Amino acid sequence: MIEFRNVSKTYPNGVKGLKNINLTIEKGEFIVIVGLSGAGKSTLLRSINRLHEISEGEIMIDNESITAAKGKNLRHIRRDIGMIFQNFNLVKRSTVLRNVLSGRVAYHNTLRTVFGLFPKEDVNLALNALDRVNIVEKAYTRSDQLSGGQQQRVSIARALAQEAKIILADEPVASLDPLTTKQVMDDLKKINQELGITTVVNLHFIDIARQYATRIIGLNAGEVVFDGPVEEATDEKFQEIYGQQLEKEQQRGPVGAGAE
Amino acid sequence: MSQPPKKTIPKPPTRIKHYLTAAIVLVLLALSYIQTGSSFMDLITNRDQMASLVIDMFPPDWAYFEKIIEPMLETIRMAVIGTTFGAIISVPVILLCANNVNRIPWISYPARFILNLIRTVPELLLAAIFVAIFGLGMIPGIFALTIFSVGIIAKLTYESVEGIDKGPMEAMTAVGANKVQWITFAIIPQAAAYFVSYVLYTFEVNIRAAAILGLVGAGGIGLYYDSNLGFLNYPRVNTLIIATLAVVLIIDFVSNKLREKLL
Amino acid sequence: MSQLPTHTVDKPKGRGKKIFNRVLILVILAAIYVWAFAGIEEFEIKETAGQISKAIFDGIIHPDWAFVNEEEGLIFGLIDTLAISILGTFISAILTIPFGFWAASRRDKSGFFVTGLGRFVLSFIRVFPEVVLAIIFIKAVGPGSFAGVLALGLHSIGMLGKLFAEEVEAIDHGPREALIATGANRIQVLVYSVLPQVLPGFISYTLYRFELNVRGASILGIIGAGGIGAPLIFALTSRNWPRVGVILLGIIVLVSAIDLISGYLRKKIV
Repeated sequence: MIEFRNVSKTYPNGVKGLKNINLTIEKGEFIVIVGLSGAGKSTLLRSINRLHEISEGEIMIDNESITAAKGKNLRHIRRDIGMIFQNFNLVKRSTVLRNVLSGRVAYHNTLRTVFGLFPKEDVNLALNALDRVNIVEKAYTRSDQLSGGQQQRVSIARALAQEAKIILADEPVASLDPLTTKQVMDDLKKINQELGITTVVNLHFIDIARQYATRIIGLNAGEVVFDGPVEEATDEKFQEIYGQQLEKEQQRGPVGAGAE
Repeated sequence: MSQPPKKTIPKPPTRIKHYLTAAIVLVLLALSYIQTGSSFMDLITNRDQMASLVIDMFPPDWAYFEKIIEPMLETIRMAVIGTTFGAIISVPVILLCANNVNRIPWISYPARFILNLIRTVPELLLAAIFVAIFGLGMIPGIFALTIFSVGIIAKLTYESVEGIDKGPMEAMTAVGANKVQWITFAIIPQAAAYFVSYVLYTFEVNIRAAAILGLVGAGGIGLYYDSNLGFLNYPRVNTLIIATLAVVLIIDFVSNKLREKLL
Repeated sequence: MSQLPTHTVDKPKGRGKKIFNRVLILVILAAIYVWAFAGIEEFEIKETAGQISKAIFDGIIHPDWAFVNEEEGLIFGLIDTLAISILGTFISAILTIPFGFWAASRRDKSGFFVTGLGRFVLSFIRVFPEVVLAIIFIKAVGPGSFAGVLALGLHSIGMLGKLFAEEVEAIDHGPREALIATGANRIQVLVYSVLPQVLPGFISYTLYRFELNVRGASILGIIGAGGIGAPLIFALTSRNWPRVGVILLGIIVLVSAIDLISGYLRKKIV
């Protein structure tokens, strides 16, 4: 369970990134956060595992405050939260398996991980994770030899190997073509349903959001302007919320995935 | 989850190559340690001696500055002249070595081979040989720096020339230019900035090199290092170090600013 | 051509200033050269110069092959030179790693103490020629190869540190963020996201520095810090040209061989 309590974020230059956010995300939900670029989607998502600090309020992960957590405590909370990035963020020179195993390092002491001495169970866990995203045959390939879609699946496997209870995905398909977009979103959905992992995804396009989400949260200028099940997220509703802004955005929409 | 997946997983690649590399490196290091008679214990037991050496250097002999101004200027002169002659000689060498200018392999390959040979000989060694020929003084130092500079400037520039844009070259060939016109209009405009930048870089290297050539009698400040260390006059050595540091830092700074403007 | 319409071409603005700048540079250059050449001592070629050149040339043509296998001869000297450069390079590479991180500019907290001071220390180290360092180390540990090892080890930090820092500055910060997000601690983040990115570059630069150090080690003997330099300077002062010739050939062969091997390894790494 993730809880936002009166969360606000003000950047050093005075710009308000988030304005008094109050949200509760239940276990097992598949949430898609939508909004125009600059609406604060990324800030909201990254504040959950504190890659971004918030200025006011508190964020609770399973009733533990990550906002107040320090050092080892903070790392333990982060260990339970997997993250998937727009640019995959794999170490390109390392093998696929080593990238997936890097999701395990927080479980072991520093010395052991420095020498790469992972227990057999960890390696099996990593291989299973790769198998789940159908890419286990590439385990010993260097990551830079994979396509973008394959790399994103490796990063999903990294989050799985981490045995995360929550997965955060920041624009996971923005660098992918429509076909691989579908594969990656299907993988995320499958994991959410089969393993019950709470999933929070940032997306730029509303129709992919409607296809996969159980609940949609709309952001605009750092405020929650929509929060409800997919059925309520109608075109009319969003037209009303974003108005002309949205029209402009879609006209120059960079990805064809949701334009029609 | 602790069972491996049922699907056939690829076998991990063999790590023998890594272990072998590590073993070779370790053996080389161990052999080198023995061969050189290295002993880090010596370093630890002699730390007092090193400390006292450093303490002896202070305070520097400020009055000595006046006496080393002339040899310091001589060092700079040697570097200026050596770099200049080196740059001039480099021009034909570059044209001979670059395989997109000189398309005759039986000339470009031997030219490169000779260039590589030159680059293998350290500048101090060149200086020692020229001292034997010309006697003590600046002249052998200038000769050594000239040859040393050709090695750097020609190598760096011809590699850049080989990477330049083909378009202008083809255009000049198309308008029927002769070889000299072709070089003037297609090569020089593109290569000039690199060339000047490498000449400045070589000048920086040469200032450092010129500072030690005196150790073998080839002029400049190096001779003063030798004699002061020989007479254990550490405050003066410190003065020399400070003066060298100042000159090198100033020249690096100016040269870097100029190079930034060029490229 | 006379039918072509005549256009008046506007002269580019600021042209006068540009010409002025060029003239200024030329004047400064001319002044530097006048000053430099005015300071040259009288250049007279001694009568013996020709004879000596011929003798050196003869010596190189007819090297003293007997010296190759002598005890403490060429082979021994070259192996010693190689050993000094291997160990010196290794020591400097290890010592340079923290310097590389220290002197790299960072997005979050660059400033005088993190980047500026590191860069200054590296420039400071670079200024000391290895030969001068060797003289100082000889005072500390006595003459011999170990002083040479220490001199190369310390001197190389200056250049390697600068190159390592550039490598650190060029890393992709994405993987770092990903590792922080998994809950890894600082050391784990370093080992799993930063080191794999910088290590190939570090190794490649170290090999390049090794090539330079082999050249450096071959002259350290001139001041008594081991290697082939000692018999070389001895042969030079005693005008034993065939021996100078054989040593020169030995150095050329050694340096060329190392350049070839190291160049091959560097290509494989990148």
